[in-house]
Amino acid sequence: METLLTNFTSPIVLAFVLGIVAKLIKSDLEFPRPIYQGLSIYLLLAIGLKGGVELSTTPFAEFVWPATSTLFLGILTPLTAYAVLRYMGKIDIDNSAGIAAHYGSVSAVTFIAAISYAETLGDTPEGFMPTLVALLEVPGIIVALMIPQLSKSESGSIKKAFHEVITGSSIVLLLGGLVVGYIAGPLKFEPVKPFFVNGFQGALVLFLLELGMITARRLQDLRKVGFFLLGFGIIVPIIHGFLAVVIGLWSGLSVAGASVFAAMVSSGSYIAAPAAVRIALPKASPTLYLTASLGITFPFNIAFGIPLYYIIATWLGG
Amino acid sequence: MKLTELFLVTIVTERILRDDIISLIKEQGSKGHTITDTTGEGSRGTRVSDFEGKNVKIETVVSRDVGNKIIDAISEAYFENYAVIVYANPVKVVRGDKYI
Repeated sequence: METLLTNFTSPIVLAFVLGIVAKLIKSDLEFPRPIYQGLSIYLLLAIGLKGGVELSTTPFAEFVWPATSTLFLGILTPLTAYAVLRYMGKIDIDNSAGIAAHYGSVSAVTFIAAISYAETLGDTPEGFMPTLVALLEVPGIIVALMIPQLSKSESGSIKKAFHEVITGSSIVLLLGGLVVGYIAGPLKFEPVKPFFVNGFQGALVLFLLELGMITARRLQDLRKVGFFLLGFGIIVPIIHGFLAVVIGLWSGLSVAGASVFAAMVSSGSYIAAPAAVRIALPKASPTLYLTASLGITFPFNIAFGIPLYYIIATWLGG
Repeated sequence: MKLTELFLVTIVTERILRDDIISLIKEQGSKGHTITDTTGEGSRGTRVSDFEGKNVKIETVVSRDVGNKIIDAISEAYFENYAVIVYANPVKVVRGDKYI
């Protein structure tokens, strides 16, 4: 209970709520687009750099099993999401696959929020976690987009969607940052460290304010998507998160690492996946997949999911 | 100054289609284009471009023949599943040979 309260009173979550409130009361507050883009570049690059620096001091053996588990879950989660949507929700193939692609992939902001939550509690997740984000982003989307390809011939271009995912800004920044940080190592990272580490939490607060406003716009669509998707957007992430905690701990991650891993696996992408799905499955409705991942799962994870996965991880592995 | 009558074809669409549409109009014979970021509202609801950025307006001055080919190619490829508006205006341009 205390862990939940810590989360609710964190500036990150409160800024998110403020963003939602600002839109609900129709405030004229608007986040300038270039600042939003600048902040997202800063956050992703900072996470990549930090991860790369720590990866340069991590023995390879420590990293192999978590990486393998990530790929395994990256393939499994879109399939379970698809099965639930298609067979329990009776949603058509395109929309099921479109939504499944989002849940197979990962939300970088949820990941960043989970890291900073664990750090607030005085815990440190493994330094190589950002590498896992990059590994998780791609397979989920590809697997989900393959499903309609297998069941019928008519569909958008999977090749172009693939290009969109691989070259998307989040992957380029995360992987690029990892490589730069890895090559530079701790000593050479020292001079740029103040900029990327000290300013990080503050930038995250600003970013969450904007995401709150974007989420609020999605909330208006909640009525259109129905109760099934609402339940899906909460229950499936919990199941995926639970699975990820178990597999994460088994693969050798610490409690903090497993809780961040669970937040990653349970989250739904809303930057890389929407673009890829729009190209590969043009018939799938953006209202459904964006509302599910951004209007339901994202706020759920930020407010309840992240502390919940932490509690489960402590309970199973502490 | 001599004026030539040509067609200004305007395409307003989702940001995500920008590069595809530009290669499409080039393939059909357009020699150049102007792109503007725009916002607006239409018959289609949610747009992925919420994240991708604003909608785009692509304008190109072409001959009647190329204009028709562009319009046909775009309606064939994108009208069903994407938010696209295409229209053409006759325009009088100087240095008409630049565009054909």
